[in-house]
Amino acid sequence: MATDVETLAIRADTRRRWALALPAVTIIGLFSILPLGVVVVYSFLTPGDYGNVKWVFSLDGWFQVLFERDIFDDTVSLSDAHLTILGRSVALSLATTLITLILGVPTAWFIATRPAGQRAFWLFLITIPFWTNLLVRTIAVQEMIRNEGIFNRLFQWLGLIDDPIPMMFTNFAILLGMAYVFLPLMVLPVYAAIERFDFRLAEAGYDLYASRVYCLRKVVLPQVKAGIIAGSILVFVPSLGAYVTPRIMGGGKTMMLGNLIETQFGQGRNWPLGAALSLALTALVLVALVWYTRLTTKERRNG
Amino acid sequence: MKTRLVLTTALLSATALPAFSEGVLNIYNFGLYTPPDLIEKFEKTYDVKVTVTEYDSNETAIAKIEAGGHGFDIVVPSASVVPIYIEKGLLLKSDPNTMENFKNVAPEWASVAWDPDRSYTVPWVWGTTGIMVNKDVYAGDINTSAIFLDPPEELKGKINVVPSMNDVIDLAIMYVGGQPCTTDKEVLKAARDKLVAAKPHWASIDYASFEKFINEDLQASVFWSGASIRIRAENSGFTYGFPKEGFLKWQDNVAILADAQNVDNARLFLNFIMDPENAALISNYTGYGNGISGSEAFMTADLLAAPEMTIPADFASVARFQETCPPETQELYSRIWTDLTK
Repeated sequence: MATDVETLAIRADTRRRWALALPAVTIIGLFSILPLGVVVVYSFLTPGDYGNVKWVFSLDGWFQVLFERDIFDDTVSLSDAHLTILGRSVALSLATTLITLILGVPTAWFIATRPAGQRAFWLFLITIPFWTNLLVRTIAVQEMIRNEGIFNRLFQWLGLIDDPIPMMFTNFAILLGMAYVFLPLMVLPVYAAIERFDFRLAEAGYDLYASRVYCLRKVVLPQVKAGIIAGSILVFVPSLGAYVTPRIMGGGKTMMLGNLIETQFGQGRNWPLGAALSLALTALVLVALVWYTRLTTKERRNG
Repeated sequence: MKTRLVLTTALLSATALPAFSEGVLNIYNFGLYTPPDLIEKFEKTYDVKVTVTEYDSNETAIAKIEAGGHGFDIVVPSASVVPIYIEKGLLLKSDPNTMENFKNVAPEWASVAWDPDRSYTVPWVWGTTGIMVNKDVYAGDINTSAIFLDPPEELKGKINVVPSMNDVIDLAIMYVGGQPCTTDKEVLKAARDKLVAAKPHWASIDYASFEKFINEDLQASVFWSGASIRIRAENSGFTYGFPKEGFLKWQDNVAILADAQNVDNARLFLNFIMDPENAALISNYTGYGNGISGSEAFMTADLLAAPEMTIPADFASVARFQETCPPETQELYSRIWTDLTK
């Protein structure tokens, strides 16, 4: 009898949990899974003549993600164009992550080591850029690196250079723009990790004659590692799909994955390929996230 | 007290909005292409509130309109895509040819291949796609596509190419001796190779803002004639060239969408812009000819004198009116474009 009552209670509890989760599940289903399903379906269709799709099953969209038929003699080869763009996206995203890491960790450290009352102010300064639209900020950065922009003017005034350094529309410009845009996403999680760090541990390390570097490596880093990894993921993932910044800063001459996908839905008129490319990008992000989960769970097991 | 007052006014104006809904018109047009004074005049004349939303290319516009739920009443497709709009059933057959001001449409624009009876569209403006160069930087011949396909030393690294796929590939095909929309793979290959080889000398493939030329961050561009007029007004160093290998002539048209909510106001607008005085407002702002007879009388002297407005007699024979390429060609264009912009 007792077990029956217990089972009933557990069942009622399960039902209640499901009922409570229903709104969230509905929202995820309607606005996340359903649209993704549409993308999956479209990636297996045939492109319409002038955009849109024909409801004819085809694997061409997926085939074209990695392979191409030569425009002129129909031989099949690996798609040089797509691989170049993929390589560039990954390389620029990794570089962005590295730059934000180099700039972001000391910044976060600086904020976390201020007296408790001042930290809110410094964090507030970090969030100020979020008040302005991304597009406006990107164009503002571009304004600074123009031939007649602040940097070149300043260098010329200082007598460092005679002719302006052309910085607009280069990979450097894309990197600068992305690092600027994504920097807060690195600072915030790293700050959260450092703030939790017990500085008495570092003192203990010093007491045991650890050098500064050794203390940083063996005492501080293991404790803030999760924050650094979280920050890196937060920067790397949106960098992969970045669209506005590469388009404006790169002058449209060099594409990243986001721009390639956009082209397929616009001038390329190949929606299935665009859908397949989007899913490929999603898969890439998923790989990065799985790798992240592996890293952090292993961390916990060790710790 | 003051806050409450503000709140009440805000609420009042919010609830008052639907009352205006009878008098609205939503226009979907290319960027920097809709004269504010024209809209103001239309709003005053008919007591209609106009909202203008901008797009950057015909492809963007078609994609958005086809997806539905956009709320636009009027769109401005290029001649080369009007047949696609009609085939997809996106346009309302509004019979502009029966409108009061249709008599003003110049004979050469009254019956056109993409809309033989003008039963869907009325002319917005026409212009050409050519080359714009800062003569202070490069003094040589600019009436050639070599400016961007075999760039002179002075211009290398300072050239922009508009990311308008058909314009750019059409110009390259004519440069290597072919005809736009060709299916001749040898010609397409030559055009592709030419573009790919020239790309390292370009600064950007961008709908660059006019300021970039006015400030001389960029010194040359594949560009539209009207854009050249507007930039020249701010920086007299620039000159427009008509490539002797062949350049493009085009026309953009105003049409009412099949799912328009404000059809009556849209009809008023179509009729309104066929009035010579109003058509001149469009030309004065955009820097293009408009196809309405008698509008010259209301154009500014600067515009009438602009060399971009008249195709020189020597080059008239190499002007090509831009058409819709068949889907097979379009696919090749698109793959050349990916190859170029990768």
